[in-house]
Amino acid sequence: MKNRHLIDIKDFSKKEIDDLIKVANDIIDNRDKYSHKCDGKILATLFFEPSTRTRLSFESAMLRLGGKVLGFSEASSSSTAKGETLSDTIRVVGGYADIIAMRHPKEGAPTVAIKNSIVPIINAGDGGHNHPTQTLTDLLTISREKGRLDNLTIGLCGDLKFGRTVHSLITAMSRYKNITFILISPNELKLPDYMKEELEKNKIKYIETTNIEKYMNELDVLYMTRVQKERFFNEEDYLRLKDYYILTKDKLKTAQKNLIILHPLPRVTEIAKEVDDDKRAKYFEQAYNGVYIRMALILNLLEVK
Amino acid sequence: MNIDTIENGYVIDHITAGNAMKIYELLKLNELECQVALITNAKSKKTKIKDLIKIGKLIDIDFDKLAFIDPNVTVNIVKDNKIIEKRNLELPEKLVNVTKCKNPRCITSIERDLDQIFNLTDKEKQTYRCAYCEMSLEK
Repeated sequence: MKNRHLIDIKDFSKKEIDDLIKVANDIIDNRDKYSHKCDGKILATLFFEPSTRTRLSFESAMLRLGGKVLGFSEASSSSTAKGETLSDTIRVVGGYADIIAMRHPKEGAPTVAIKNSIVPIINAGDGGHNHPTQTLTDLLTISREKGRLDNLTIGLCGDLKFGRTVHSLITAMSRYKNITFILISPNELKLPDYMKEELEKNKIKYIETTNIEKYMNELDVLYMTRVQKERFFNEEDYLRLKDYYILTKDKLKTAQKNLIILHPLPRVTEIAKEVDDDKRAKYFEQAYNGVYIRMALILNLLEVK
Repeated sequence: MNIDTIENGYVIDHITAGNAMKIYELLKLNELECQVALITNAKSKKTKIKDLIKIGKLIDIDFDKLAFIDPNVTVNIVKDNKIIEKRNLELPEKLVNVTKCKNPRCITSIERDLDQIFNLTDKEKQTYRCAYCEMSLEK
């Protein structure tokens, strides 16, 4: 049978995503029921670029399902350092594991991987391109905290140019009814044109601004992102833009009581520590949710009932 | 200016002025041993000026490549001094190994033996995107 993969959030229909969220919620409520679902199964975490949080989240998900994990956490400790192609690495690892979670610094790497894989592949991030499991995490969190995924005004703040989590989230949320995006970024880090074209094509409302406070009172969700050093070729540009937005209690003055503040983490300076105590800060809950939605995803791709 | 008529071969007509050299290079016409005539800024009723290429042999032409550079061209196929077919081109749905992705972050920049594939994502705007990283292709 043909393997199913998750490379881009668009690979899953809205209904399939809603089903994953349902399973994740059930896992949260009934953890014991799922603790042996993947006995005897192996997840390979191939991280050609370090990302401790995402890797541990995947490993925790598989371990909580009773499965085992193997892998590497940076390219230097893999055969890539010896000059092996990605195609060959994937072909080999497919014989060692039942499912692969892969992070790669190069955009489109998962598309190469699925052409050479005999097991399901999960894209755990490819350059500035896609990061679908972060999006699933975000959707689970929004759904749990707001009780809905439609009728929302969502502020996205920070690096909207290279921020893959933002691109995937916009794509996913665009499928729900009555969504408005407030795109908050410095001019140099604006959402790419092709993303805006998609929004226009689908008649989805969006507003671009450089001012984080301007639309604060309208937001149901504020999604903060980090300006990532590794996406810049020029250190000067990075230093100039990294502290452009810092969310403080003061900037939240006009925000709604039931706003939720999300961040894919790790944060650096973009959310002041004082905001952590605000009950609207949900980024740590979001990180916990990442494990459960990945558990649901692994079950789905391995077709474990 | 007189350019000999051809017995067997192609006349690539209605090339947008300025595109003939691009076509010449991409189709590697410099590697041919037959006669090739490249005319730029010829008079045109439709567009005032146009480029034109005549090839004195019925070679294999990659029409996808040709359409990618200039979908407006007409290819006249000449056999025994007669035009036997006038072919209008359409933008191909997919380009394989026609050009390379310019995104330095794309997997195609490092993975060996990988086909360079672009998909036509917007026919109206003639937009192609890399099949891997989705970066749009600049001609």
